[in-house]
Amino acid sequence: MLGSGLLQGLGVTAKNLVGSFHDPKRLTTVEYPEQKTKLPEAYRNFPFLVSESAEDPMGTLRCVACQICEKECPPQCIFIEKSKDKKPDATGKMQIYPAVFLIDSSVCMNCQICVEVCPFDAIKMDHEYEIATTERFNALLLDREALAKPNSYFHEIRPEEAAEVDGRLAAERKAAEEKAKAAALAKASAAAKPAAPPSAVPPKAEPPKPSASA
Amino acid sequence: MTPSPLVPTGGATVRAVNDEFHGDLLEVSMGPHHPSTHGVFRMVVTLDGERITKLKPVLGYLHRNHEKIGESTSYLGSMPYTDRLDYLNAMTNNWAYALAVERLGGLSVPERAEYLRVILAELSRLQNHVCLAGFLLQDTGASGTPLMYAFREREKILDLFEALSGSRMMCNFQRFGGCRTDASPAWLAQVAALVGGFGRFLDEFEELITGNEILMARTQGVGVLKGPAAVAAGITGPMLRAAGVGYDIRKVDGYGLYPRFTFRVPIGAHGDTYDRYMIRILEMRESIGILEQALRDIPAGPIMDPKAKLRGFRPKPGESYGRIEGPKGEIGFYLISDGSANPYRYRVRPPSFVNLTVLEDLCLGHTIADSVVILGSIDIVLGEVDR
Repeated sequence: MLGSGLLQGLGVTAKNLVGSFHDPKRLTTVEYPEQKTKLPEAYRNFPFLVSESAEDPMGTLRCVACQICEKECPPQCIFIEKSKDKKPDATGKMQIYPAVFLIDSSVCMNCQICVEVCPFDAIKMDHEYEIATTERFNALLLDREALAKPNSYFHEIRPEEAAEVDGRLAAERKAAEEKAKAAALAKASAAAKPAAPPSAVPPKAEPPKPSASA
Repeated sequence: MTPSPLVPTGGATVRAVNDEFHGDLLEVSMGPHHPSTHGVFRMVVTLDGERITKLKPVLGYLHRNHEKIGESTSYLGSMPYTDRLDYLNAMTNNWAYALAVERLGGLSVPERAEYLRVILAELSRLQNHVCLAGFLLQDTGASGTPLMYAFREREKILDLFEALSGSRMMCNFQRFGGCRTDASPAWLAQVAALVGGFGRFLDEFEELITGNEILMARTQGVGVLKGPAAVAAGITGPMLRAAGVGYDIRKVDGYGLYPRFTFRVPIGAHGDTYDRYMIRILEMRESIGILEQALRDIPAGPIMDPKAKLRGFRPKPGESYGRIEGPKGEIGFYLISDGSANPYRYRVRPPSFVNLTVLEDLCLGHTIADSVVILGSIDIVLGEVDR
């Protein structure tokens, strides 16, 4: 019969219309500014710089200004200037730090390659998506003060990844401390007995102290 | 003008010249900003009354130098740019590009990564085809309802992409020699739940619209593309199969792990717009079968080739071509390496662009309203056409 296909289709829409009053699963939309869906942990938006503490973000940035992300960034939106002096990094080594760290978020395309190539877990992708501004130029050029977010925030948005990163950094720090201690001990024993033949047994390392920020 | 051999059916004839009984030919510019042109695409249509006598596509509004950018960034750096080609199918674009680079660099892909790629490509096909069905029906005048039904389902797939890769559409997920992150068992269970329910959605969607008399009147016999003409024009993908040519790169090339899967290649009989719509529906049903097999068989294991490295990838001098059956057709990447960190030549073989070349042949003799439907059935994304 001509028109039966039409009526059949109208039946489907009627079923959905009535069903949406009874079955909450059929309501697939949310009222956005009031309601928000939960973002998956993997969600990525613009990058941010991880700092160890919330009180002194500029002093505790994990970034050591190695400029790998600057080189690898496909749209070339990162600009880094190295510092002249050094400060201890997350693993306790003396490192330079970024005197200037700029990301042009009007150019950034959220591809996550900076995060993947970073050997220091210093740059991570954010979950913040309400970032509209009314100013086109300076407001979109983010400096290191605007980019720095504490590790606690990283834990908040990506609990699994942050725990894994923290564990890895703590292990590295421990290894570095032990190595430094062993080196110091060897040096001290060598200085005390310059004539003695080198011992085959390596100097015994003391049990490592619990690290400050672990 | 000489009538094209493709001019169809339906009693529509193309009038050669103005004569005393008819008025002037009318030139209408559709687009570049027009809701039916699927992006910034312009059709300069010459009309005789309501019939199309000439159609000139105007491209390039979205041109952004994709290939030249690919030659000036590293191999890895091009990966996120491929997301922006056919921005509905970032997963398949990534795969085609990764395949080309893997052939160039001699990398192998672990089995689990291959299975993940198949799962993601078929999910991508589902969401592309469901999107196309919605858009096509929107173009025929079924304003809103089918499109919203389609988008409801597409959103579920995009949520899965987001949970795995971090982004709904700009996935940037494949890497040379594997995938970026591993899929958790919970994610695979979500995919299985979606696949389990997708058949029911397709049944509902078909009940809603496939038998609709208005849809049939608008699409049957409209924009007929015959097999030989399609082959001559280099058409690939669902458009070619709707024209009756059984050519599917998943079957003929056997890339990835597709030879392991059992699936059929649907083929159209008439090559008209309705066939192109139905081919997509049937392909989705086959994709569900592939997904079920892949989810059943996916092994545990690594997802990256241990030889692969993220930075400093410098393949030996040579050339390679990687192609896969994307949802729109053959998406291929041709690379020439001169041993440096950037490709010497980076070329994209975009299915949308090649499929668009027959637009005028399909539209001649039809009404201007039909040109909208025909364009919708070709399934273009301007990000890929203009590159």
